[in-house]
Amino acid sequence: MTAGNTVLEVDDLTTRFHTQDGVVHAVNGVGFELRAGEFLGVVGESGSGKSVTMMSLLKLIPMPPGEIVGGTAKFEDDDLLQLAPDKLRAVRGAKIGFIFQDPMTSLNPVLTVGKQLTESILLHTDATKQQARARAAGLLELVGIPDPIQRLKNYPHELSGGMRQRVMIAIALACDPKVIIADEPTTALDVTIQAQIIETVRELRERLNTAVIWITHDLGVIAGLADRVMVMYGGKVVETAPVKQLYAEPQHPYTQGLLGSLPRLDQKGQQLVNIKGQPPSLYSEPTGCSFAPRCPHAFERCLNEVPPLVEVGHEHAVACFWNTETGAPRDV
Amino acid sequence: MSDATIAPDQPAPTELADGDTLLRVRNLTKYFPITKGLLARTVGHVRAVDDVTFDVIKGETLGLVGESGSGKSTTGRVMLQLDKATSGTVEFDGRELTKIGSGELRRTRPRMQMVFQDPHASLNPRMTVGSIIGEPLVEHTNMSKSDRRSRIGDLLDIVGLDAKHANRYPHEFSGGQRQRIGIARAIALNPDFVVCDEPIAALDVSIQAQVVNLLEELQDELGLTYLFISHDLSMVRHIADRVAVMYLGKIAELTDVDRLYTRPRHPYTQALHSAVPVPDPSIESARERVILTGDIPSPANPPSGCVFRTRCPIATDRCAAEVPEFRELEHGHWVACHYADTEQAQLVDELITPA
Ligand SMILES: Nc1ncnc2c1ncn2[C@@H]1O[C@H](COP(=O)(O)OP(=O)(O)OP(=O)(O)O)[C@@H](O)[C@H]1O
Ligand SMILES: Nc1ncnc2c1ncn2[C@@H]1O[C@H](COP(=O)(O)OP(=O)(O)OP(=O)(O)O)[C@@H](O)[C@H]1O
Ligand code: SF4
Ligand SMILES: [Mg+2]
Ligand SMILES: [Mg+2]
Repeated sequence: MTAGNTVLEVDDLTTRFHTQDGVVHAVNGVGFELRAGEFLGVVGESGSGKSVTMMSLLKLIPMPPGEIVGGTAKFEDDDLLQLAPDKLRAVRGAKIGFIFQDPMTSLNPVLTVGKQLTESILLHTDATKQQARARAAGLLELVGIPDPIQRLKNYPHELSGGMRQRVMIAIALACDPKVIIADEPTTALDVTIQAQIIETVRELRERLNTAVIWITHDLGVIAGLADRVMVMYGGKVVETAPVKQLYAEPQHPYTQGLLGSLPRLDQKGQQLVNIKGQPPSLYSEPTGCSFAPRCPHAFERCLNEVPPLVEVGHEHAVACFWNTETGAPRDV
Repeated sequence: MSDATIAPDQPAPTELADGDTLLRVRNLTKYFPITKGLLARTVGHVRAVDDVTFDVIKGETLGLVGESGSGKSTTGRVMLQLDKATSGTVEFDGRELTKIGSGELRRTRPRMQMVFQDPHASLNPRMTVGSIIGEPLVEHTNMSKSDRRSRIGDLLDIVGLDAKHANRYPHEFSGGQRQRIGIARAIALNPDFVVCDEPIAALDVSIQAQVVNLLEELQDELGLTYLFISHDLSMVRHIADRVAVMYLGKIAELTDVDRLYTRPRHPYTQALHSAVPVPDPSIESARERVILTGDIPSPANPPSGCVFRTRCPIATDRCAAEVPEFRELEHGHWVACHYADTEQAQLVDELITPA
């Protein structure tokens, strides 16, 4: 849980898709750091570039139409974006685990859960078959699956949605990765099942020293899990801060709007803030702040210059020309 | 009527809530057959809705919450007679709908409308927005073409779209705008009652508030009554006056929104509340939680007795043997749990501990 050295350092990552309708500027110069054992929440609305950012790091996007135009991703002295395919394959699954939203698309339907787990262990470690099987059962137990030895014999379709997602977590954990990237792992689940998974992840955090990047559009889920939050909009990071800081003193007008537009289970009757307008089109490269057309504070500079991400407090950075606290332009 | 109770197959009392009742739903049940083989032999039934009883009061928003497959949409569809009830009755403004003829039903239709979850799937891609919104006007009124055109313009205006957009096609609109089109169509005939089936679930968080604010404004202006179906408990708390919680085809609890969220009595409602994360880190880190174990059983094979018992933290032998009555614990607070009025049923002291 204690955040240590930087394990992953991403800088200026830019990814585009060349489609029939034009170039989609999906990720526009994203940079962030992840420390050992840290839990980083990534939020932002649909299309803001959360998945493409993380998938670009491991070259999991389809290329073409995708193209990683630039940037670096430093992981253990290597730049992931420059790694040879075989070396990258060794990183994927062993040092960086990935959990997708829909486990059915990433679990192999014709192999038993046990086979999939042991294969991953055998591929990435020098365990014997017997050791791998024992470890597989241990992992299922770790993620809260009852009767793990029995369950190893099950096929994915024989498990419920929540159990499949637990299996995915077990597979991601199989080789003691340094980093786990989880892309909306509970979005498809019912809320009582989601609560079970989150509880399991919370317990695991205490026991393992894995850094986690957790993508979600649910600011509630992040509130209870993350150490730090990164807010994305229009393929850029618009704000990042320690979790309490972000919810208590959001600085970016988009973050403020987002938090204000949420109804809360513990409160009644507040008027929901309307973020007017629509999410941005990504067909042209941003020439100003992508949020400007929807922003209540936008002024001329916002339309003509892309606001840089600048430090405004301890570990708190914002990409906005307006200071909502002082009600005056920011000195950047 | 404060100590009235309703047991399955017993005649229901006439009033279940204060205020003018618009809809009276009594022992409503919908089973879907499960078929097998070439001859489509019926081998069982999905008990999508199983003996639910409630009222909808004129002008209110009744929230209907529950997890996937609990029977929310089916309840809404059967109330509107879009699906035929297996048994039970739905009385709308004094008229029993489940047995009336198609002609009479057709005359009632304009007064009851539905807004669907997926604005992409529910709008015909080959029709212009104008003809989508105008369709119910053609079907149910004798309006002249020019009257219709001006009504369509007004409707677009009401839902915050440009009247000039009538000639465009749905794909030219964003998700939030498409949902506005669906709402415009639903209110075209001045309905009394609108079932909103997850109207915001497919929308981005920043757009959800736009649509919810619109629904609230329309309710104030047009005096609409809503059944608001959602799995988002926070949004339901925001929009509803009363809330019914469904689990496996049954209503577990039904009461006004304040009581449901501050003093829920059904163990399932309590667990559901504590499963919903609150967007506030200091509250989240301090919350007491009830985490349910196990999975949601299949509605094709629901547990005996209380349907919740396989996951209920306080279940006893009695729960396996007896179906709990849906009973009025205190005035206006209905619960289906044998132990709702006991100490055990209070699983957490305070659902959300303020910081
Ligand atoms: N294979 C692809 N071809 C073309 N465009 C793509 C492709 N994959 C993603 N995009 C586009 O890139 C942008 C960013 O998408 P991304 O999936 O990262 O969004 P996201 O923030 O993960 O959204 P969501 O919350 O919906 O998952 C979107 O505009 C998307 O349409
Ligand atoms: N036409 C149908 N034929 C067979 N089974 C059906 C049909 N419609 C619904 N069901 C089943 O009835 C049960 C209740 O479904 P319903 O759609 O009412 O649930 P819901 O609460 O609206 O769920 P969700 O939140 O996923 O929309 C489910 O098990 C569903 O599979
Ligand atoms: S940079 Fe300008 S437009 Fe963008 S969020 Fe800040 S004030 Fe609004
Ligand atoms: Mg995504
Ligand atoms: Mg439904």
